[in-house]
Parts: sequence; structure tokens; C-alpha cells
Amino acid sequence: MAKLVKNVMESDLSQSIVEIKDVTFSRGDRIIYKNMSFNIPKGKITAIMGPSGIGKTTMLRLIGGQLKPDSGDILFEGNSIPGMTRKELYAARTKMSMLFQSGALFTDMSVFDNIAFPLREHTQLSEDLIRLVVLMKLQAVGLRGAQDLMPSELSGGMARRAALARSIALDPELIMYDEPFAGQDPISMGVLVKLIKSLNEVLGLSSLIVTHDVTEVMSIADHVIIIADQGVIGEGSPEQMQNHESELVQQFLNGLSDGPVPFHFPAPAYDDELLGVHNA
Amino acid sequence: MLDLFQKLGHKTLGRFAALGRSTQMLFGALVNMPNFKKGTPLLIRQLYMVGSQSLLIIMVSGLFIGMVLALQGYTVLVGYGAEDSLGPLVALSLLRELGPVVTALLFAGRAGSALTAEIGLMKATEQLSSLEMMAIDPLKRIIAPRFWAGFISMPLLALIFSAVAIIGAHLVGVDWLGVDSGSFWSIMQAQVSFQQDIVNGMIKSFVFAMIVTWIALYKGYDCVPTSEGISKATTETVVHSSLAVLGFDFILTAVMFTS
Amino acid sequence: MNSRKLEILVGFFVALGIAAFALLAFKVANAGISGSGETYQLNAKFENIGSLKARAPIKVGGVVVGRVESIFIHPKEFVPVVNMAIDANYLCKFSDTTSISILTSGILGEQYLGINPVIAPDSAEKRCMGEDVTASADDAGLDDLFGVESKALADGDYITDTKSALVLEELIGQFLFNQGGE
Repeated sequence: MAKLVKNVMESDLSQSIVEIKDVTFSRGDRIIYKNMSFNIPKGKITAIMGPSGIGKTTMLRLIGGQLKPDSGDILFEGNSIPGMTRKELYAARTKMSMLFQSGALFTDMSVFDNIAFPLREHTQLSEDLIRLVVLMKLQAVGLRGAQDLMPSELSGGMARRAALARSIALDPELIMYDEPFAGQDPISMGVLVKLIKSLNEVLGLSSLIVTHDVTEVMSIADHVIIIADQGVIGEGSPEQMQNHESELVQQFLNGLSDGPVPFHFPAPAYDDELLGVHNA
Repeated sequence: MLDLFQKLGHKTLGRFAALGRSTQMLFGALVNMPNFKKGTPLLIRQLYMVGSQSLLIIMVSGLFIGMVLALQGYTVLVGYGAEDSLGPLVALSLLRELGPVVTALLFAGRAGSALTAEIGLMKATEQLSSLEMMAIDPLKRIIAPRFWAGFISMPLLALIFSAVAIIGAHLVGVDWLGVDSGSFWSIMQAQVSFQQDIVNGMIKSFVFAMIVTWIALYKGYDCVPTSEGISKATTETVVHSSLAVLGFDFILTAVMFTS
Repeated sequence: MNSRKLEILVGFFVALGIAAFALLAFKVANAGISGSGETYQLNAKFENIGSLKARAPIKVGGVVVGRVESIFIHPKEFVPVVNMAIDANYLCKFSDTTSISILTSGILGEQYLGINPVIAPDSAEKRCMGEDVTASADDAGLDDLFGVESKALADGDYITDTKSALVLEELIGQFLFNQGGE
């Protein structure tokens, strides 16, 4: 039985919405990824985890085409993102959406107008129809009552939910969440976890969550990818990851303060520095 | 010594790179004309933000500058018995120099800094990235309407400034100090040429409008998206655009008013 | 803010700008005469132009009819030549016997050009305008009086009868010379 489940999962995984192939990316002299490859399965919740500063948000920007890799290829539904013309890229972007860490609601519009914005820009729908769609999306995130508020009047968790409503306004195929749980209280966090899971099931879209909140994401993710040291160090279902043999994976998942990722920032020997020995 | 050259080289290259990026930004914003149905409300909104909202400061400053010019001019001219020339003195200095220049400086402080801060904040709160991810070009949606609004508003503001200042000068010169109203206007009319003074002043104003709006938008668009970066960018907008306006004013004056 | 209020405020702003433009153009610059109106060119050679400058007004009996366009040295004769732009309404109205002098307005005032006009006879005006006319009896009489055929000044012509600016040093020199002679 267990074997059967595994087989089913693997056949699902073979259908990928995004494929990262041999990507190398550097900022200035600093190499962020080196020959990294992984796939993001279609219709699943995939979590990318890793210590902070490892370039997880950069990954989303690469998939969104805002950045270009130094080498390698990124495929979205089989088409190469870095190789697209501007027009093709914009067409591809209408099929994906991104939930930014800060929500990125437009501060000069009400919540209603924020959610209507992508519809007004990209569709020819009448105002009546737009109103209907917006109310549906707001209902889905539980903010129908807040439609006339300005973004500045929303709490952090509500702003993120409103932004989520905006990112599903055009019914995308892929939603990318950038640190959706960062800085949220336990209640909003619970609400967001539930929302992400139910949206994924109801709308049949693929979700990609970038985060370092291990417990929340392990509870909803179908597929987990852990990035560290310029590449993927572990990949698989949450259960597989819990039993992963890599020390680094274990350190990250269990939140140990010292291990392969050292507690100390690289520094000269402690004794030497205290005694004032300088190596010129 | 080599370090010095290296520093100089680094700075120069940095400046050129910034110039390139800013040109790219402006070009990207202006190259396709925006769709009029969607663009007009955006433009109107920005005209309100940069134009109508700057009206008060421009009119008040204009009134006072006109009054001061009249007062100062009168005390000098009356010594030569030439107080009738107060009209052309005020009108020419306003139309050729003070109108365009002071308006540009005030505009940089009032509207330019606001533009930089607004766009910087949009960048910091990822609104620009978010637009891009929604397949909407932020250059067209955010930068272009603001640029056109600045470009249209500033010459209008400069005209209003000059007109109000001349009214202010009339108030002080004629109504208070007793210069003859007839000679105030008629000598002014004899000395001021539409082509030479008003049109050239407006050309200056258009040039300044482009410079100030461009610098303000670029500084916001290119700022480091942190609170410190935005405050730095806002300061830079005011400083750089003021210096650029004064520098270009000299060049334009040299070209226009020397034969 | 609703869009109607926004549009009203922007409209107010633009209207104010246009009003300011109108005030400057008509009240301050009097665009009617000295502005972009049609002009034609006349030239005059002087011995000395004093401190006459480009853009100085040209007046007939105190009324401005044009402005000095440029001042340059005649390449062969080496005397200053003043190039003037005159209102096109006066094209072919002045006769070639018209004289022009450099005058000063007030004691410290700017120098300007004063034209003492001699009105061109109708026939000369018509000839100048390119019309073919045979001289009428009246004009023939006038021509005889001066002993030459009178001609109207057209675009690009020279005014030959010119009076230079008064230069203070020359005046004093002349005065002393005359004193010495007596």
C-alpha cells in the first residue's frame, strides 16, 4: 500500500509546471546558486526552505523573469523564461502571480480597487462583472466587509489576505508566496495556512511557498525543497525530509544553533584577537 | 596615487552607468504612447498631484517676489529719475530668469521631492515589482504619466508665477510707491518682446520641467528601497535638480540672450 | 478623492495657466505689434552708431515701427551697417529720400533710431510692389522737382541719408577747434 502511494506521487511529480535546469546565478562577485536543478510539480504545494540570506526570494524573481540567470534555463509550462521576448514574458506572467512579503497593495486605492486592478488592466469585463468577481475573491479570503478600506487601514494579516485575493483575481496557474508567514501572529498564520491549502485544492492551481517557518509549511506542503550552500541539499515529501540523512537538513528542520552552519561568523581565532595579535 | 585614479575611474563609470540607466528609464516610459482611454485619468490625477497642488506655493512666492523686485528696483531707479522703467525691469527679469528658474526650484522642492518619495516608497513596498509580476509595465503605468504631468505643469506654473509677480510689482510700484500706471505698462510693452522674452522663457521652462521631473523620477526609481535610501534619494532630487536647473539656465541664457 | 473634483481642480489649474499666458502675451508684451508680426528688412550705413544695440526700437515720430535686428561692419567699406526689421504694413511706403538718425531717449536713456519719413508717391509705391504703372502727370511734376525719379524703399534696400550718433568727445573736440579758430 505504501509503495503504491509512493508510485502515484512520483507519477504526479513528473508533471512539472516549473523546471529549473542547471541554473547559476551570481550577484556581483557572490555566487548565489551554482548549477542548481529542481522541478516544481503541477497542482501541488511546493515549499522552498533554507536559511535566511540564501536567495530564496531571488528564486521567485528568477521564475518571474525579473532576473536572468547567468547560465542554465528556467522552464514555465515547458517554455524558457530567460529566452522569452518582453511580450511573451508579459503573457506568461498573466498566468502566474506572486504574493509579496509586504503584500504590495497599491496604497492609493481601496481594497476593492486593488483587487479589481488586474481585472481592469487585463480583461474587457464590464464593471458589473468585475464587481462580482472581486466580491467572490474577497469572500474567499474573508474580507468582503473590508472592501472600502484603504490598505493603510488594514492590519498586517488582513493586508496579506487582501493581496492574496488580488493575486488570485485572474485565476493564475501558479502562485508564488514570498515568506507568507513572516511576522504574523499565530491566528493570522493559521488563517493563511488554511487559505493557501484550500485555494490550492479548490482552484486546482500550483503553489510555491518560499519560507523558513518549518512547522507551518511542513503541515501543508506536498513537496519540500531545501536550499543551502548554493544548491539543493534535500528534496522530497515532508516525511522523507524528516528522515533525511544530511546533517544540514536536520539542523535546519530542527533549528539547532550549531552544526554544519556554524554559530560563529568566520573570524580569526578568539584567543588571538583578545590578546591583540594581528596578522598583518 | 593609483588608488586615487581608481576612485576617480570608479566614480566616473558609476556616473555614466546612472546616466545610462536614467535614459533607459525615460525611453522605456515614453517610447510607446500610452493608451488614451486608460492614460488620461492617470495623467489627470498626476496633473492634480504635481500641478494643482503646487499652485498655492507658486502664487504666494510669485506675489512676494514681484513685490520685493518692485521695491528694490524702485529705490535704485528713483535715484536716476528712471522709476518709469520699473515695469520693464520687473517684467524682463521675471520673464527671462526668475519665472522659469524660481518656479523650477520651488517645483523641485514641492513636487519633485514628493515624486521621488512616492516612487521610492512604491519600490520599497514592492508595488513596482508587483506591477511587473502582474504583467503591467511600471514605466508606462507609474513613470510616464508623472513625467508628462511634470512636463505640462511646470511651464504653466512658470507663466502663473510671472503673471502673479507682475501683478505684485504693480501693486507695490504703482499703488503704493506712485509710479505712473500708464508708463508702467506702456514702457513694459515697448521693451518686452513676445518672441524674445516670453517664448524663450517658456522654452527654458520646458527644459527645466524635463530635467527636474526626470531627475525626480529616476532618483525614486533607482533608490535603495529602505527608509534611509528614500530619504537620501529625496535630498538628492532637490540638490541635483536645483544645480542642474541653475547650470542649464546659464547655458540657455548664453544661447538665447547674447547675440 | 473622486475624479470629478480632481478634474475640476486640474481644469482650474490649466485655465489659470492660460489666463497667465494671455496676460503676459497681451498686457506685458503687447504681442500685437512688436511680436511675431510680418516684417521686412531695411539697412542703413552709419559712420558711428554710438551705443545703439540690437533690438533697439525704430520710431517714426515716437511710434515704434520696428526693431534693430543686427549690427555689423560692411565688409568692403568698413562702416557699421544696421539691419532693421520694419513692420510689413509700411512696406514700400517710405521714399528713398527718407532720412534716419540715431537718437537718445532722455539723458541716460537707450539709443534708438528715428526715421524722418518722406512718403513715397503712389506710382513709386506701386512699382515697388511689383505693379506696372505709367507715371501720372502729378508724379511727373514731383519727379522733376527733385530732378530724379523717386523710388520707394523695398525689402533689403539701403537708406542712404543717415545721421550718426552724437559722440561726446567729438562734440567737445569740435567745440574747442571752433573756439581756437576764432
